[in-house]
Amino acid sequence: MGGQSRNLHGLSLTAMARGIASGDFTSTELISKLLQRVTTIGSELNAFISVTADAAMAAAALADKARKSARRGRLFGLPIVHKDLFCTRGVRTTCGSRMLENFVSPYDATVVERLAAAGAIMLGKTNMDEFAMGSSNETSYFGPVHNPWDRALSPGGSSGGSAAAVAARIVPAATGTDTGGSIRQPAALTGTVGIKPTYGRVSRHGMVAFASSLDQAGVITRTAEDAALLLGVMAGFDPRDSTSVEHPVPDYVAGLDAPLTGLKIGIVRQHFDAGLDAECAARVREALAVLESQGAILTEVDLPNLDLSVPTYYVVAPAECSSNLSRFDGVRFGHRAADPRDLMDLYCRSRGEGFGAEVKRRIMTGTYVLSAGYFDAYYLQAQKVRQLISEDFRKAFAKVDVIAGPTAPTTAFALGAKTDDPITMYLNDIYTIGANLAGIPGMSIPCGFAGHLPVGLQLVGAHFTEQRLLACAHQYQQLTDWHERVPEACA
Amino acid sequence: MLTHVTLDTSAGTNPENLVSLTKDQVQHIAMLARLQLAEQEFDDVVAKLSRIVDFVDQLQAAPTGNVLPMAHPLQQKQRLRADVVTESDERDAIQANAGLVRDGFYLVPKVIE
Amino acid sequence: MKAGWEVVIGLEIHCQLATRSKIFSGASTAYGAEPNVQACLIDLGYPGVLPVLNEEVVRMACMFGLAVNATIAPRSVFARKNYFYPDLPKGYQISQYELPIVANGELKIRLEDGSEKRIGIVRAHLEEDAGKSVHEGLGQYTGIDLNRAGTPLLEIVSAPDLRSSAEAVTYLRRIHSIVRYLGISDGNMQEGSFRCDANVSVRPQGQKALGTRAELKNLNSFRFIEKAINFEVNRQVELIVDGGKVVQETRLYDAARDETRPMRSKEEANDYRYFPDPDLLPVEIDPAWVQALRKSLPELPDAKKERLIRQYRLRSDDAEILVGSRALADYFEALAAATAAPPQTAANWVIGELSAALNREGLDIEHSKISAAELAGLLDRINDQSISGKIAKEVFEAMWAGEGGADQVIRAKGLTQITDNSAIEAIVQAVIQAHPAQVADYRNGKDKLIGFFVGQVMKQTGGKANPEQVNEVLKKRLAQA
Repeated sequence: MGGQSRNLHGLSLTAMARGIASGDFTSTELISKLLQRVTTIGSELNAFISVTADAAMAAAALADKARKSARRGRLFGLPIVHKDLFCTRGVRTTCGSRMLENFVSPYDATVVERLAAAGAIMLGKTNMDEFAMGSSNETSYFGPVHNPWDRALSPGGSSGGSAAAVAARIVPAATGTDTGGSIRQPAALTGTVGIKPTYGRVSRHGMVAFASSLDQAGVITRTAEDAALLLGVMAGFDPRDSTSVEHPVPDYVAGLDAPLTGLKIGIVRQHFDAGLDAECAARVREALAVLESQGAILTEVDLPNLDLSVPTYYVVAPAECSSNLSRFDGVRFGHRAADPRDLMDLYCRSRGEGFGAEVKRRIMTGTYVLSAGYFDAYYLQAQKVRQLISEDFRKAFAKVDVIAGPTAPTTAFALGAKTDDPITMYLNDIYTIGANLAGIPGMSIPCGFAGHLPVGLQLVGAHFTEQRLLACAHQYQQLTDWHERVPEACA
Repeated sequence: MLTHVTLDTSAGTNPENLVSLTKDQVQHIAMLARLQLAEQEFDDVVAKLSRIVDFVDQLQAAPTGNVLPMAHPLQQKQRLRADVVTESDERDAIQANAGLVRDGFYLVPKVIE
Repeated sequence: MKAGWEVVIGLEIHCQLATRSKIFSGASTAYGAEPNVQACLIDLGYPGVLPVLNEEVVRMACMFGLAVNATIAPRSVFARKNYFYPDLPKGYQISQYELPIVANGELKIRLEDGSEKRIGIVRAHLEEDAGKSVHEGLGQYTGIDLNRAGTPLLEIVSAPDLRSSAEAVTYLRRIHSIVRYLGISDGNMQEGSFRCDANVSVRPQGQKALGTRAELKNLNSFRFIEKAINFEVNRQVELIVDGGKVVQETRLYDAARDETRPMRSKEEANDYRYFPDPDLLPVEIDPAWVQALRKSLPELPDAKKERLIRQYRLRSDDAEILVGSRALADYFEALAAATAAPPQTAANWVIGELSAALNREGLDIEHSKISAAELAGLLDRINDQSISGKIAKEVFEAMWAGEGGADQVIRAKGLTQITDNSAIEAIVQAVIQAHPAQVADYRNGKDKLIGFFVGQVMKQTGGKANPEQVNEVLKKRLAQA
C-alpha cells in the first residue's frame, strides 16, 4: 500500500517507465492515481473534453497481466492523453467544436495507433481551440482552459488542454498539433516542453486538418527526454499520408547526450525588437548565456522577413482551412440543422450553428483570399512571401545549427484580454509561425519566470534536426530546474 | 475557362488599392462559404474581417518580383499506391454519424437539377 | 443547319478509367453496388483521412496522351475545385487545373466527304468523380449515393474545332474507340463511364469572334449528343435572328422532349477558388518511363485500318467499320486466319450477318454466340462449295440458336450442297419434261425463263444444288432441241 502515498504524478514519463519495469508500481496503480487528478484538477482547469477512465483502467489491468511478456512496447503501461483532434475509434473526437460534439470516429489516427501499439494507455482527450484555430483556448465550444499557474489566465492555444494537463502534473505527456505555434506557445505559457517536428516527420492521417501544408503533430511533456521517447514512437513513414516522409527515424533518446560544445546557435536580431516583453527577453538572454557557458557558440543571424510571417500565415492557413472545413455540411457527420427549408438552408445553418466565431472568420478570410479577383493579390503573393521566409531560414542554417529565441512575446495573458481584436491575438504567434511556413522543427522549453509565470525558450532547426534540438534542450535541462517547478495546488 | 484570376471590379474593390470590406462583400463571402451569420454578429464579422484583410494587406508591399510561389514545404514528388482494393463495406458503422439516412442513402432536402 | 451560320463546338469528355480501386482510396470501383457500400472514409471526406494517388490512373492518362500525340507533363499538380453540392462530399473536387498531366494533343477524323480534319485536344486531366443523387422514391428528400465518388476520371477537352454535330459525333466515336483500344476505360455510356458535355455556339459565316456558348450536359448516348447539339444550334440561331442574345449557361438535354433547358442548380455564378491541394504533391513523370510506355501501346484504330487494307486487301469502308472496336477487328483477324475463305468474304460476314445478329440482340462482339473459329467452319463450307451462300445464312441462324457447329448443322439438316453432276442432270431432265410450255417459250427466245428453271431445280433440291452447276446444265440441256 506504500504506493498510495507516493507522488507518482510528479514523475516523468521516463521515470514512470522505469518504475513499472522494475515492479516499483503497477500500471493500474499509476493510471488510477492519474485518473483521480484528471477528474479533480483536470475538471477545475477544464483541460479535458472526454475522459476514458474505464477503458484506461481495463488497459492498465491488461498491461499488468502481460507484465512478464517479452513483447512489451517502449511505452508499456504508461499514460497518454490526446488533443481532441486526433481521431480515436469509438471515443468521440470533437475538435473543440459544436460541429463535432457527437462525432465518433470509426478509426484511429496513426499517432494514436502507434502510441497504443507501443503500450501507451489513453486517459482522455484534451480541450483545445476550435479546430485548432486560436492562441488562447478561448475559441473552444467547451469553454476555455485555465492556466495552472494562474487560473485567471489562458494556457495559450490551441493545444491548451494538453499543455495545462502536463503542467498541472495530471499526466506526464500529451499529444498536440502545431499549425502556427499551437504546441510551442502553450508549452511556453505553461512552463512545459513542446516539440513540433519537421513537416512530414509524423503522419497527419487521422489528425483533423486545419491547414494541411502547415499542420504537424507533436508532443507536450515536462522533459526533453520524454519528448524524445514519444517522438521516436510517433515519427515515421505512413503510407496513408502522401505528405509523410520516408526518412529514417533516429534513436532520439540515445542522441540526447550530444554535448553543447561547438554547437552554433543563431540569435535573431529581429526577435528582440519592440513587441517582446522585457522580462521575457531577459530570461531568454539568460538561457542563451547558460548554453554559451557549456561551449555553444552564439552568432547573430538575420530573418529579414520575420514581420511578414504573421500576415503570410493568415492568408495561407485560412485559405487551406476554408477548403478543409467545407466537408462539414451536416450531411454525413457533424452538426445538422433542424428542419432545413432547402439544401442551402441545411448548409448555411448547419455550418452557421456548428462553427464558432473565430472558425467562421478564418473560413471567410480564406474564402476571400482565394476568390476570383483576389487570388493573385493575396494567396499567390503569400505563397511567394512564404518562399522568401523559407529562404531566410535556409540562409540562416547555412551558418548555424540551431536558432534560439523567445517562443512567445509575453507570458500568459488574462482570459478575455485579447478576444476583441483578432490581430492582437494573431501576433502572439510571431516567433513560432516561421517554422510552420518553412516546414522545419521547433521546440519550446521552460527557461525561467517573469513574475510568477513561466517563460519559454524556442529552439528551431533545419529540416529533420529534431535530434539536435532535443539534445540541446536536454543538456539545458541538465543544468536548470525550471521544468521541475510545479504550479501551486498541483504539487 | 483557365484564367480564373481576373479582376472582379463588380465587387467594388480595386486590388491596387485594397480597402476594408463592405457589408455586401461579407454577405457574398458568407454565401460562398455557406455560413449563416446571425443578425447580431454581422457587424462584428464585417469589422473583424476588415481588420484581418487590412492586416494581411501589408503583403502587397513585399518585393516578390521573381520569387516562385511555395505551395508546400515538402520538396518531393507524389508517391503512388498500387491499384488494389483494400476497403470493405462498413456502411452501417460509418452512417451512425449521419443525421439522416434511409435505405443506405444520405438524405438532403430535395434538390431540383 | 441554317445557311449563313457557322457552328462551333468543343467537347469535354469525362472518361472513367478502368481501375480496380478509386483514384485516391482503396475502395472498389465496381458498378451497381448497394448505395454507399463502396464509399470508404476517404471517398466520404471523413475528418482526418488523406488521399494517396493510384499509380494506375497515371499510367492510363499517359497512355491516352501518347495515343493522341500529346505532351506528357513531367510535372503535374492536383488542385482543389471548391463548391458545395451534396454529391461532392468534401466540398471540393480534387482535379488538375493549371498543370494537367496531358496537353496539346490532336486527333484526325475523317469527314463524310472523305477528307481528313485535325481536331485539337487542349488537355486531358485527372480528377475524381462525384457521387449520384437519387430524386425518386425518397419523399421530400434527395438521396445521396457516394459509391461513384472518387472514381478516377480523365477529362479530355477538345479545342473548339468541331463544326457540326456530325463532326462532334465522329470525334467522340474515335476517342471512344481509342480509350477502349488502350483498355483504359470500358466506355460504357449507359453506366456513365463515358460522358460528354458540349460547348456550343453559333456565329454568322465569316465572323471571327466566337459567339456566346452554352454548355450542354447529360449527353449519354451518341444519338442524344447529335440531337442535343442540333436542337441547341437551331435554338441559338433562331434566338439571334429574332433579335435575342444567347446567355452563357449550363443546359440540360431532355431526351424525352428532345430539347435543352437551363439547369436550375447551376444558376448561381460559380467561383471555384482553385488552389493546389496541400494533401498531394506534384506528380513527376520520368521521360524514360514514358518511352517504355510508348513501346507498350497497342495498335490504334488508324494504324490498324491501314494495316487491314494492306494485309487483307479489304475495302477502305469495311476496314473503317472493323476498326471501330478493337474486339471487332480482333474477331475479324481471328476469322480471317482460321478460314480458307478470302478475307473480304470474312469481312462481309462480320459486317453483315454477324453484326446484324449482334445488333438484333444488343450484344457486344465479346459476347457473340458464334466464335471466330466456329464462323470459320461455316465460311470453309461455303468456300469448298459444300453449301451455297444462301444455305449458309440458314446454317448461321441455326448456329446462332445454339444448334451446334457448321458441319453439325449441315449434317443434321441435310443441307450439303448437291455437286454431283449426274444427280443435277437427272433433276434438270425431270424439270424440263415437266414444263414443256416454258421450254418451248425459252427456245423461242424468252431467255429470262432461265430463272424459272433454276428456281424449279432449287425447289426440287431444297436449295441444295450448286447454283452454278444448275445454270450450266440447264443451259446445255435447254439448248439441245
